[in-house]
Amino acid sequence: MTETMTMAKALNEGLRAAMGSDSKVLLMGEDIGPLGGVFRVTEGLQAEFGDKRVLDTPLAESGIVGTAIGLAMSGFRPVCEIQFDGFIFPGFDQITSQLAKLTARHEGTLQMPVVIRVPYGGHIGAVEHHQESPEAYFAHSAGLRLLSPATPHDAYWMIQEAITSNDPVMFFEPKSRYWQKGEVDRESAGIATHSSRVVRDGTEVTLVGHGAIVSMLLQAAELAAEEGTSVEVVDLRSLSPIDYDPIVASAQKTGRVVVVQEAPGNVSVGSEVAATVAERAFYSLEAPVLRVSGYDTPFPPAKLESVYLPSVDRILDAVDRALAY
Amino acid sequence: MSYTAATVQLLSPEGTLVHSDASEQYLPYVDKLSDDALQEFHRHMVVMRRFDIEAANLQRQGQLALWVPSHGQEAAQVGSALAAKPQDHLFPSYREHVIALMRGVDPITILSMFRGLSHGGWDPKDHDNFHLYTLVIGSQTLHATGYAMGMNLEGRSGTGNPDTDAAVMVYFGDGSTSQGDVSEAMVFAASYQTPQVFFLQNNHWAISVPVSRQSRTPLYLRGEGFGIPSVQIDGNDVLASFAVSKANLDAARAGEGPRFIEALTYRMGAHTTSDDPSKYRENSELEFWAQRDPITRFDTYLRSRGASQAFFDDIAAEGDDLAADIRKRITELPVPATSTLFDHVYSDPHPVMDAQRAALADFEASFEEGN
Repeated sequence: MTETMTMAKALNEGLRAAMGSDSKVLLMGEDIGPLGGVFRVTEGLQAEFGDKRVLDTPLAESGIVGTAIGLAMSGFRPVCEIQFDGFIFPGFDQITSQLAKLTARHEGTLQMPVVIRVPYGGHIGAVEHHQESPEAYFAHSAGLRLLSPATPHDAYWMIQEAITSNDPVMFFEPKSRYWQKGEVDRESAGIATHSSRVVRDGTEVTLVGHGAIVSMLLQAAELAAEEGTSVEVVDLRSLSPIDYDPIVASAQKTGRVVVVQEAPGNVSVGSEVAATVAERAFYSLEAPVLRVSGYDTPFPPAKLESVYLPSVDRILDAVDRALAY
Repeated sequence: MSYTAATVQLLSPEGTLVHSDASEQYLPYVDKLSDDALQEFHRHMVVMRRFDIEAANLQRQGQLALWVPSHGQEAAQVGSALAAKPQDHLFPSYREHVIALMRGVDPITILSMFRGLSHGGWDPKDHDNFHLYTLVIGSQTLHATGYAMGMNLEGRSGTGNPDTDAAVMVYFGDGSTSQGDVSEAMVFAASYQTPQVFFLQNNHWAISVPVSRQSRTPLYLRGEGFGIPSVQIDGNDVLASFAVSKANLDAARAGEGPRFIEALTYRMGAHTTSDDPSKYRENSELEFWAQRDPITRFDTYLRSRGASQAFFDDIAAEGDDLAADIRKRITELPVPATSTLFDHVYSDPHPVMDAQRAALADFEASFEEGN
């Protein structure tokens, strides 16, 4: 049986389910208690589980991550909320130098089951530091896992997958999709760990993306179909590790791949997908793997974000270029 | 120098007990100590200094890539560590070698880090809750605070049971007090009233930069500024280090919230063996602190209490035996197998690790005869 809910609600329900099934799961972050977080993802959870399970913390990202590490050492499974993507960098050192490396430093005797939720990405018309896509920094750091859901159903299950992981997980939530509704099946078998998924079948071009971009890829595929082009769409869902088999299989079928992301293209997750597809599907490719990304500039003032971010038109332009080879 | 009337000192540099307004409340902790217990303080300090000298020698002989000397800081470390109970969790920076040994870490494990064979690797659970070294300055203060938050949430302190109530002690240095993480750790500790003692070893130098560049105020006043009761001690006085640590750990375990101790000590040697202190500090300063050596004054004190020469001979021999043992074992340490690169990056299975482990194995096998 499925229910219709927003991604924010689905995440809230996923957190509630995880907290209900494991008393060691606790939430920590800024304004996540009575307010329920600036996006209301934790709404009602402090009232339900108490202020020892949902901690409103001082305003300090390094402090949040650093103390979450200590809490994990003492047996808890902390889920940290970073309020906005661009505010994660005060915590960057604790994430990359400590959280990511502690299991290796302990030669396996210490697990680090910490989740760091990051509302990320543009399309919301916000001020500086509130619309960024910083996932590449973390994908580059050994010891971390990265997930990013595109739908309410995936969000419900993937946040629980993240919390049961014994490794640290960076969980990138597409904030522009928080209020889109979708079907959630709470009785399904969940989602295979770190699996990408073909979300639309096609035969001529493969589009690959994650998070908020996935719905844009589906729009582009729809428009392309009206013009007679059959486009396949793959949702990465996991940015580290990346489940390449469905992507490579799609590339072998279509021979043309376009990778789309909000993040700047230089040294990005999309770059890595492009390189790997080139390595693994070289003889099947009819065109070079193309990328559609944010430009290699700071995220612009909001009135220019529609220029900066990938759009359906830019995606279709890349599809045309791929087909022209 | 930095001592003031408020600095707690129980044993003078001349080796006599100090009765002052600052010392009175702490002397009872020392009065209870037997001669055997006091001799144990000395044994740890003397054996540690011998270990430290040997490790520096091994670096000079090319057996270690680096050594981080602790010469001069023995009293601050030994006194505070002896005040801790087995259930307490100790978070070091990277110079607390004697505490590592006291909590059961094999000295060769410490040396293997500096030989380039591991990044630590001991399990704190099997070593009296002595955590791994942290090399990024000050990062461990947040881990310690988080651990102490966990103790609070689980009711592991403040129950009134002295056998089970626990606390956290975190070690850090004067340089680290300028790091944001140390301030954030104190903010969180004060907010959540953690069972925790911040133990600052002010050894007066952060590599080549004097403490005066880190702070215009005595550092223990930083703790006060965060709402954490704070005290400054003579860190070269092992009795003050012990008594003040014990009083503050007792308070933390009893649920009275965090405490802050600034131990004034001195790094007699270099920051590491890569350093040259003659380029940035005066010999007169070294002389000043040599007059306040932690071991010399305690030696005098023990002799005044009637300790026998045989005791001093025994601990010197113990130090020599330890030095000989590590000198022998250091060259016997194996280099880890190449596959261990991938073994503990993640706890759960990871396809990239599996693929890269296999690729490296294939690459290495390609050099074997017949391939």
